[in-house]
This record gives sequence, C-alpha cells and structure tokens, in this order.
Amino acid sequence: MRKPPIRWHILVFLAPAVLVYTAIMIIPLFNTLRLALFDEVDRTRVFVGLDNFRTLFGDPLWSDAFWNALGNNFWFFLIHMLVQNPIGILLAAILSHPRLRFAALYRTAIFVPTILSFVIVGFAWKLILSPIWGIAPGMMDAVGLDAFFLPWLGLEGTALTTLALISVWQFVGIPMMLIYAALLSIPEEILEAGECDGITGAAAFWKIKLPLILPSIGIISILTFVGNFNAFDLIYAAQGALAGPNYSTDILGTFMYRTFFGFQLQLGDPHMGSAIASAMFAIILIGVCIYLFGIQTRMRRYQF
Amino acid sequence: MSMKKLGAGLLATTILAGTVASAQDVTLTIESWRNDDLLLWQDVIIPAFEANHPGIQVEFTPSAPAEYNAVLNSKLEAGSAGDLITCRPFDASLALYEDGHLADLSDLEAMSNFSSVAQSAWQTDDGSVTFCVPMASVIHGFIYNADAFAELGLEEPTTVDEFFAVLDAIEEDGGYIPMAMGTNDQWEAATMGYNNIGPNYWRGEEGRLALIAGEQSLTDEAWVAPYRQLARWGQYLGRGFEAQTYPDSQNLFTLGRAAIYPAGSWEITGFNAQADFAMGAFPPPVPNAGDECYISDHTDIAIGLNPASPNAEAARTFLEWVGSEEFATIYANALPGFFSLSNFDVAMEDPLAQEFVSWRGECNSTIRSTYQILSRGTPNLENETWNASAQVIRGAETPEEAGQRLQDGLASWYEPQQ
Repeated sequence: MRKPPIRWHILVFLAPAVLVYTAIMIIPLFNTLRLALFDEVDRTRVFVGLDNFRTLFGDPLWSDAFWNALGNNFWFFLIHMLVQNPIGILLAAILSHPRLRFAALYRTAIFVPTILSFVIVGFAWKLILSPIWGIAPGMMDAVGLDAFFLPWLGLEGTALTTLALISVWQFVGIPMMLIYAALLSIPEEILEAGECDGITGAAAFWKIKLPLILPSIGIISILTFVGNFNAFDLIYAAQGALAGPNYSTDILGTFMYRTFFGFQLQLGDPHMGSAIASAMFAIILIGVCIYLFGIQTRMRRYQF
Repeated sequence: MSMKKLGAGLLATTILAGTVASAQDVTLTIESWRNDDLLLWQDVIIPAFEANHPGIQVEFTPSAPAEYNAVLNSKLEAGSAGDLITCRPFDASLALYEDGHLADLSDLEAMSNFSSVAQSAWQTDDGSVTFCVPMASVIHGFIYNADAFAELGLEEPTTVDEFFAVLDAIEEDGGYIPMAMGTNDQWEAATMGYNNIGPNYWRGEEGRLALIAGEQSLTDEAWVAPYRQLARWGQYLGRGFEAQTYPDSQNLFTLGRAAIYPAGSWEITGFNAQADFAMGAFPPPVPNAGDECYISDHTDIAIGLNPASPNAEAARTFLEWVGSEEFATIYANALPGFFSLSNFDVAMEDPLAQEFVSWRGECNSTIRSTYQILSRGTPNLENETWNASAQVIRGAETPEEAGQRLQDGLASWYEPQQ
C-alpha cells in the first residue's frame, strides 16, 4: 500500500498565522505563567514554585484585595449580562421589524460608541456626570429630580455600577449587531409556517426566533465574560489605577496593573503581577470551558 | 576588492569624524518626566549653559510623567537611555542606583551647596553615597482668593480654630465654595490634605524620623489628629466633592468659584496664568496659637548621571553647573513654585512664590512622611494614605480607624514598627 503523500501546502498555509500567533500570544502567555513561579531575592531571580500563589491566596493583605477585585469583576459581568445583553436583544428585535423606518440610522448610532476609545468614553461620561460642570445635574434639575442627583462616580456604593452601565452604553451595539444578523438569517418560511399555526407577534419571537438565536446569545455571553474579566481601560481612564473610592471599582485588570507595573511610590513586582495574571487566565479558562463543554455541546442547532 | 576598500575607507572616515566630533562637540541627552518644562529647557536653561560651555550641547527629551519610570527602566535595560537622568525622590532612584543605572556623585564639588536634608532624597539609607544633584522642592500650604477675602472681610488664619472660623464665614456668605478639593483622584487628600497639615501635629522631622525609627506609631495622637481635622473638611468642599477631580478643583479655584485651595507650590505658574483675581497664600494653620509651625518642603526633583554614558566628563560638567547659583536662579524664576534646594539665597520675582519660600524662615521644613523607607513594602503606605485620607474626608472611616488600619498595614512588613 502506498503511503499518502505529505500535504505540504497545509503546513505552508498555516505557517504564517501559527508563527505570528506563537510569537506574540503563546510565548508571552507561557512566559507570564513561568514568571509567576519566580521571585526576586537579593537582585537575582529565583525559582519559588507556587509561593507567589500561596501569598496571593493565603496572605490576607493580598487575598482580601484579590477577592475584592474578583467580586467586583463578577458584579461588573452580572450588570452586563442583565442589562447589556437583554437590551441588545431587544434593540435587535425592534430593528429587524420590517416596518421600522430609519433602521439603518438607529443601527449606526447605537453602534458608534463601540468604536470609540475607552479614554474618550471615560472622560466624556466623567464630564456628563460631573457634579460641577456636568449636564446630568442640570437635566435632572429640569425635570424636578434634583434631589436624586448624586456624585455617583465618587460614592463607594454606586461607582462600580455606574461604570458598568457606562460600559454597557458603550458596548450594547455588539450584541445588537450579532443578534440582528442572527434574526435576519431566520427564513421567512418558518415564520410564515408559524403564522399558519396561529403564532404571531410576541409569541413568534418567544417561540420561534428566540430558540433560533440561542447559539448567538451563547457566543455573546462568552464574549462578554472574556471581555469583562480582561477589562481595565475604562476603570483606569475614569478612576485611575487606585480604582477609588476605597477600591470599590478595583477589578482584576487594575489590580494586576498596579502590582505588575507599580504605582506612585509602589515599585512594580512582575512576579506577583504574573501570579495575578495567571489567576485571571485560569478564571477565564474555566469560564470558557464551562461554556464550551457544559452549554454549547448541549445546545440544539437547527439547520434551514 | 574595490568595494571592500571603499567600505574600509568609509568606516575609517566615520570613526575619525566621530572621534574628532566628540573631542569638540558632545551632545548630552536628558531623560525627564517634566514635559511641561520642555520650552523652558530649550529656550532658557540650555542656552544659558551652552553659552559658557562651548563644545557641549544639551538635548532635553522628556516623556509623559505617568510613563516615565517604566520608559526609563526599559531604556536603561536596553542601553539606549540618555546621559543625564532626572531623578524621582527616594526609592525609585535608589533602586536605579543599586542596579548600577546611576553613578555615585558624592565627589561632585557642587554637592557642598546642598544641605543633608536636601540630599536625603537621593542618598543610600546610610547617607554615604549621593547619586543625584538636587534641583527643586515643592512647598505645601493654602492659596486663597485675596479678592474674596477682602470682600468678606477675612484675614489669613494662623490657628486651626481661625481656619475653621474663616471657612464658616465663607460658607455662611454662600457666594463661594469655601474650599476646592475633591476625593475622586485621592492623592490630593493625602498630599494636599494629610501631608500638608500633618507636620504641625507630628512636629515635622522629629515625628517623621521617630516613625521611621519605630518610636512613634500611626495610632499616636500626633498622627491621628490630622485625620481629625480632615474629617471636618468634608462639609466645606462643595456639593459632589466625592466625584470632583484634581483639574475640577483647579478650575473651581481659578474661575473664582472657590475661596481657598489646599495647594502645592507647583500650582503657582498655572494659577498665575488662569486666575484674574489677586491671590495670597498662608502656611498650614497651627493647632494652638503660638505653636511652632512646620511646613512640608518636599524634595521633588534631582538629576543624575547614567554610568553607561560615553560622555561622562561633559555630563559631570553639566551637573556641576546644575549645582551652581546661576542654575538655581534661572530655574527658580522660570518655574515659580519649584524652589531651589541649594544653600544659595536665590532672589525670586513672583510674589506668591516669595510668600511660599518665606515660610522656610518662619517654620521648620520637613518632607512628606510616607516617602522615605516607609513605602517600600506591601501594603504600600503612600497608596494607603491616599485611600485613608479620602475615606476620612468622605466620612466613610473614622480618624481612629484610619490610623489603626495604616498602622496594621505598616507593622505587617516594617520591622521597627512590629
């Protein structure tokens, strides 16, 4: 029997992507994981095994900050899941309505913030909500809600939620677009068949469209999860690296940044920083695995 | 063959040209985070130096303040850093010296023009080696709207009671926000709050050194009392101060909407340009009438030599000049609010800067309590002080709790406090 020839073209076509991805993603990732196992003693780098992780989880000084950041991160994620994605689906459902006028205008307007820089979004909202120059106090005053205005970004109880909602405002266009595309791909015949069986209006959405777009919602959820647990920019732009007030907006990204690069008089500690980065990586990996193996494999798919 | 010859010839001429050029003309590059001062260096300081030192050219190449430490470190590692390095005070520069990125400058003649307190920010812990030439310090105090004070018939307060009486009077009048400061960025609360008023309570250097030696603790009355005063500030800061940022506060003051601004002297240049009313300044009020006064006269900026520099000789010449009276006069007048650390009696023209520097004669100078040694560990005392000061002003933490928390954090890694 003849051995099948080696198919060189596969290697050749894969090589550029594999090389680039390895050089700028895989090697740095594993180097970070490796760095987490070292520490600096007397100006030389020594292997310390899992000591950095023992410090991170065992020493209350570190673990308190870590759990605080993780908890904040979950809250940040929860707000996105509860606000951003339902609103995104709702907007997509409205946009895909055949009789809506100016749909393209709305679609573009809602999507535009997504392409703005975090820095612009952070500063714009800081100004809007500023108790001194902002338009928010004036607008609330105009409708008689003056008494309800608070310096939300400066209060421990409200700062994180406010930032999460700003982030929702910025990114609501992404679930909207993905769901919108999924809704458009549902064939008319299915909806018409449903109509023949008496399923119209809202019922058609809940019984026909929603099950068909569930895989897209799954993808959006996992994108939101990864995005939120890697988040850093907005908090840094709006609240600075100390993530005030009183660390109430500190998420894993800002915690890692402060530790890795240092801040003000605090000198950077790349080894502890890498340990935190590794923990972030593990959390995201676990989340993605739960989704891939626990949810996506059980999701029912329909082919038209 | 001919190509080879040509190449060799070119190489030889380049080397020759290079050596000739370096014998005559050396270009020194300065690394700095003061990109605000770029024009000043290019137009005033460097021409003044080059006029008397033919053959040495200087180039000022600053980077953004927030990125300076990281950028500098990577440049030093890569060997592409400039000949002269602007030094942050204390540990950041000490670490550079220990890593061999700053040269020992103890033998520089100009060093004798600086007191030991001025040099302390750029020395090894035992004080045996100085590795940067001190350039300037900043002084803390309060800048006020003199027109508003005249309008309301107020005078500069000298004691804490008078200070609060003034604040009450401004609040009662209602035309001005009594004091412009926010807690959003946190550092003002610590730098312009706690470390501004604190030295009067912990008696400046005496308390600061006792804290480093472990003889006093952050739960002592002297260290908690400033927090007690800060806790009373909250009600005078205007609505929504919790979300007020540092630029917000500066603008509130320069637009004439706030009467008093807890300040660092570096604000003087900006305020002179922005404010169209008369300004005055008073030092932090003392707890009781007749108490000795203390000011935070913080060593902020210095300049050192990169040992890897090929132009060390020229760089040393420049550093000698930085330690001279000529430089001190140029710098202090070009940048009112950055005061020379040298022993020369530098004449300054800006009245506000004169007011600030006059306190050096009336009060005892000290530096910020958290900067030397005490912010080396985790948790970082400076960062925690930002947090605690903002918390206390917001009323989210009592002064006693804040002191206890800081003490616990410090004692967890700093042996003399254990």
